Amino acid sequence: MSDVLHRVRMTVNARAATIAVEARRTLAEALREDLGLTGTHLGCEHGVCGACTVLMDGAPVRACLVLAVQAEGAAIRTVEGLAAPDGTLHPLQQAFADHHALQCGYCTPGFLMLAMAMLEENPAMEEAEMVERLSSNLCRCTGYAGILAAVRSVMRR
Amino acid sequence: MSVIGRSVPRLEDPPLLRGEGAFAADISFPRQLHMRVVRAEMAHARLLAVDVSAALALPGVVAVWTGEDVATIPPIPFRATKLKGLEPYCQPILARGRVRYVGEPVAVVFAENAALAEDAADLVVADLEELPALLDAAAPPRDFDATHATEPAILRKSYGDVEAGFAAAHAVLDLDLSIGRHSGVPLETRGAIARYDAASDTLELHGTAKKQHWNRDEIARLLGRSPTSVHLFEGHVGGGFGVRGELYPEDLLVCLAALRLRRPVKWIEDRREHLVATNHSRQQRHRLRAAVDAEGRLIAIDNVFFHDQGAYVRTHGARVADMSAGLLLGPYAVPAYRATGHFRLTNKTPAATYRAPGRYEGTFVRERLMDAIAARLGLDRVEVRRRNFVPVSAMPFTRPLDALGTDVVLDSGDYALLLDKALARFGWEARQADIARRRAAGESVGLGLGFFVEKSGLGPSDGVRMSVDPTGVVELVTGAASVGQGVETALAQIAADALGVDYRCVRVVRGQTNRIEFGSGAHASRVTVMSGSATHLAGLALRDLALGTAATLLQAPKESLTIVDGMVCRADGPALPIGEVARALAAGTKLSRERAVPGLTTEGWFHSDHMTYPYGVHLAQVALDRMTGAVAVEHYLVAYDVGRAVNPKLVEGQIIGGFAQGLGGALFEEFRYDERGQPLSTTLADYLMPTIAEMPPLDVLVTEDAPSPLNPLGVKGAGEGGTNAVGAAIASAIDDALGNKGLVTRLPVTPREVLRLLGEIEA
Amino acid sequence: MKPPPFAYHDPSTLEEAISLLSTLPNARPLAGGQSMMPMLNMRFAQPDHLVDLNRIAGLDGVTVEPDGALTIGAMARQRVLEQHPEVARRCPLMVEALAQVGHRQTRNRGTIGGSLCHLDPAAELPLVAAAMEAVVRVAGPNGQRDIAFADFAQGYMTPEMEPEELLVAVRIPAQPAGAGHCFLEYARRHGDFAIASVAVMLVPDAVGRIAEARVALGGVGAVPLRLPEAEAALRGAPDVSRAVAATKTLEPMEDALVPAWYRRHLAGVLLGRALVIAQSRMGRA
Repeated sequence: MSDVLHRVRMTVNARAATIAVEARRTLAEALREDLGLTGTHLGCEHGVCGACTVLMDGAPVRACLVLAVQAEGAAIRTVEGLAAPDGTLHPLQQAFADHHALQCGYCTPGFLMLAMAMLEENPAMEEAEMVERLSSNLCRCTGYAGILAAVRSVMRR
Repeated sequence: MSVIGRSVPRLEDPPLLRGEGAFAADISFPRQLHMRVVRAEMAHARLLAVDVSAALALPGVVAVWTGEDVATIPPIPFRATKLKGLEPYCQPILARGRVRYVGEPVAVVFAENAALAEDAADLVVADLEELPALLDAAAPPRDFDATHATEPAILRKSYGDVEAGFAAAHAVLDLDLSIGRHSGVPLETRGAIARYDAASDTLELHGTAKKQHWNRDEIARLLGRSPTSVHLFEGHVGGGFGVRGELYPEDLLVCLAALRLRRPVKWIEDRREHLVATNHSRQQRHRLRAAVDAEGRLIAIDNVFFHDQGAYVRTHGARVADMSAGLLLGPYAVPAYRATGHFRLTNKTPAATYRAPGRYEGTFVRERLMDAIAARLGLDRVEVRRRNFVPVSAMPFTRPLDALGTDVVLDSGDYALLLDKALARFGWEARQADIARRRAAGESVGLGLGFFVEKSGLGPSDGVRMSVDPTGVVELVTGAASVGQGVETALAQIAADALGVDYRCVRVVRGQTNRIEFGSGAHASRVTVMSGSATHLAGLALRDLALGTAATLLQAPKESLTIVDGMVCRADGPALPIGEVARALAAGTKLSRERAVPGLTTEGWFHSDHMTYPYGVHLAQVALDRMTGAVAVEHYLVAYDVGRAVNPKLVEGQIIGGFAQGLGGALFEEFRYDERGQPLSTTLADYLMPTIAEMPPLDVLVTEDAPSPLNPLGVKGAGEGGTNAVGAAIASAIDDALGNKGLVTRLPVTPREVLRLLGEIEA
Repeated sequence: MKPPPFAYHDPSTLEEAISLLSTLPNARPLAGGQSMMPMLNMRFAQPDHLVDLNRIAGLDGVTVEPDGALTIGAMARQRVLEQHPEVARRCPLMVEALAQVGHRQTRNRGTIGGSLCHLDPAAELPLVAAAMEAVVRVAGPNGQRDIAFADFAQGYMTPEMEPEELLVAVRIPAQPAGAGHCFLEYARRHGDFAIASVAVMLVPDAVGRIAEARVALGGVGAVPLRLPEAEAALRGAPDVSRAVAATKTLEPMEDALVPAWYRRHLAGVLLGRALVIAQSRMGRA
């Protein structure tokens, strides 16, 4: 039964993508292994660290807790879709650089996608809510100060 | 204006921000196999047999190995140490005869994909006969095997007349202090991808970190190859913190499999494996006695401690225990000292270094002592520290001790000055008054402090190769490594400053053993000091060569030329891009033949016999919830003198991130075991790393009052000062909130422990 | 940590889903997946068949009954409920609890039905269901049946339903006019599973005295517990200390990470605090 491959059609970063995967393939693994989008990182594979956060139909989800087959017909956005086609960083990415919001960079894609959703949902978010939202992801290098500063800087003041 | 000392943007960031990083799991090769490790499920057992037949029968499984299949490979070695007798305790790459911790590799499966390898691993059956697990390093040692006990060695260091000190004491303090087992737990788990190129007879290992050259040499030795036929490559590294980049069984196993199976082999550790397989750290119990005079001055310290090494000696040997003995005294002048370190094995995951190894532990112990002295003699806690500081006038201060094989010579420092600055910045006096008011209103609040001396810049030597290409791009090849801390940017700044180019024109190549023959990697806060100094010297030499060459090209005296922004300029106007100078030195040109060696290229070497010692103080304010036992850190300051900050923003980032890890060890993180040695902290829901919601208001004060006289830049390492004293300062603050009775004797301080200390609960 | 192999089914109707669950061996339903997926990734769950409920239309509605009660479809996402005006109006206790269910990413996927069926003793939504005296509707091969939540939540992580049955909806009586509520929990870190939690609803009479008290505790038993002694102590002239003292008889599970006494202690602390808040929010009938 593991040999059965399921065809999954989805939109990834505004492009149509079709893959054939085992049912047990998580969305995170499908993005990484089947579509080569290795910017989505796996930090725990049990839904605690948030490193694999992507946007699924506009909402942030942990891609290790979604099966790829469940993404049939969904619009997925990953870190690879943030910068402009010419490589120019999105203002949020630029803010992460400006505020030293990353060191090793492993948690960064997850935080960027989390913050993108925050920005799109409520660009005038209060600081307390920013902290509440950002507490869903783990960073082991920065102590979070730069991440908060970066997110704060792109919010409408 | 020099680029050193400026918070310029990091060179590392753009690919990481775009999701274009190359972390271990991102590296794949055609036809690769996936390795899965079968791990012991008992803490201590006889390994009677391993049945791999069902696993081998699964379609897509290529091979399954047990200890018998790798019996010719020696155990994982450790780096040189003065301590003798550790060899019998090294870890075999797959267990044979006995397993000694839950998580010990028992077998490995190689299959066509990762999920399939895991399916097969589930089918491997290890026949185990359980033995009693030894879980307390302070308990009497038992048998490691038929001929060895679980205490490989006792570390001894001392100077002065300790007994006379105690005889003359006004007061003697006796403390029993413990630090909990926790570790680096980087967000990226480990990974190793090996491939063998038969055409060139070269073995490659990817996904490496920290110590590529030592690891290359050892892998080559263990596999019976020449070091030049083994190459290690470092891509992006998702955090190191001491644990990553050491040589582990899995590294050897993928290499061996690539050689034997003639296919690339990829292994990516999963998180549950990580928490039982990657080095733990910190667990230590100290029975500390100290003699003081009537003014609270230390006369003698007797430091007896039990180091819980876990099941095997790993690559660090006894370094953590060594530093716990050699660096305990920190900033204080102590006439007599004796350390007796019981280096002991238990049936837990093996332990090694974690950010500020031996110092997080030692600072907690020493600063608990300073608080205890103040309480015993009725003195102010700050004043007791002041009275015991090594004074500026005594610098450099030689302590008749060694650590990491070098004599401890405190190179520079004005401890009292930093303490004054920190207290003022923190508002210690005003907070004391506020605390008094709140206590009167019934709150349990307190202030605490921990002063410490770090160490950095471990020698003995480091070299870099620096070259300029015809486009003016500078390539800096270093044997240093990056674990995400900003090595490229810092080294590029130093190179750019010395040479006279834009730091963005410097390409830093690190962690590639095929590009440079020698390297010491990235550990012990050594890169900025050692590799940075080598880079500085190489940059100056390259500048000299560039100016000398340009003098001919521009027909001007060398002394009249300068290099600004990559242009070699004559005082009266004409200028030449530095790439043109490089072109003039290309192989075969007239100038290169005159010089005998072509290329605008040089090597820089820096040697140092002593470490350099940055220092700092942490100040904390906490409030206790008397009902839940929760500890709220209301305000925190880290003050740290780094001699000279190459990039202040990166230094600050190191401090804040280091603090978060220290906070974890102080209040949240602990690897716990049940009475049979089963690990209880095996998910990130059980091993509690701080999130942003746990971070207190944090202030950072970086000073440059005591540049190191030991290197041309005056720098000291910045990587570990944010972590070092967090346990000490928070314990001190909690103890203050509890009335300064010396009740806090153990880290992490959990809410349950706080409730017990508050007397709110009988337990 | 890759899930074990399984066959995947994504029925589009409830009948089809029940039929699959009735006929396939070792089949498990998949709702929001925020508990099931970690269990799959860690191979704690090893189903041969996974029946995905996410494509079944009409299972995620929120409707208001004539008596004011809410009927919430099992597949309603936690995030949707958190923002739903009718949920806010009729069951503010749930909204307060939802803010503490995992994190935003997990609430975007997690469903109310999944949480009630997973029945983690520390989870928030089962506690709300216990306090609100919810009734769950279960569908199986032989039709549908309604079960009081107290009867549904009978065993440790084991709801009172057959393997081929599915929870399809939960009916939650509206919070009475003037009632004061409070949901509190204690966890080491924000977003973690609670060590102990408490849900309180105080229903006033016409003169503002407590006519009915509901006290439910999480993390201190195999399932969410009501505390009748405490509820009795709060009726009429409330005796808060006697209500809190009722927690002393609790016998929480002892586990290696958290001792029973600590859960019991926290239950008392949280109850005391929750009662203060609930009383302050209480009006008149």
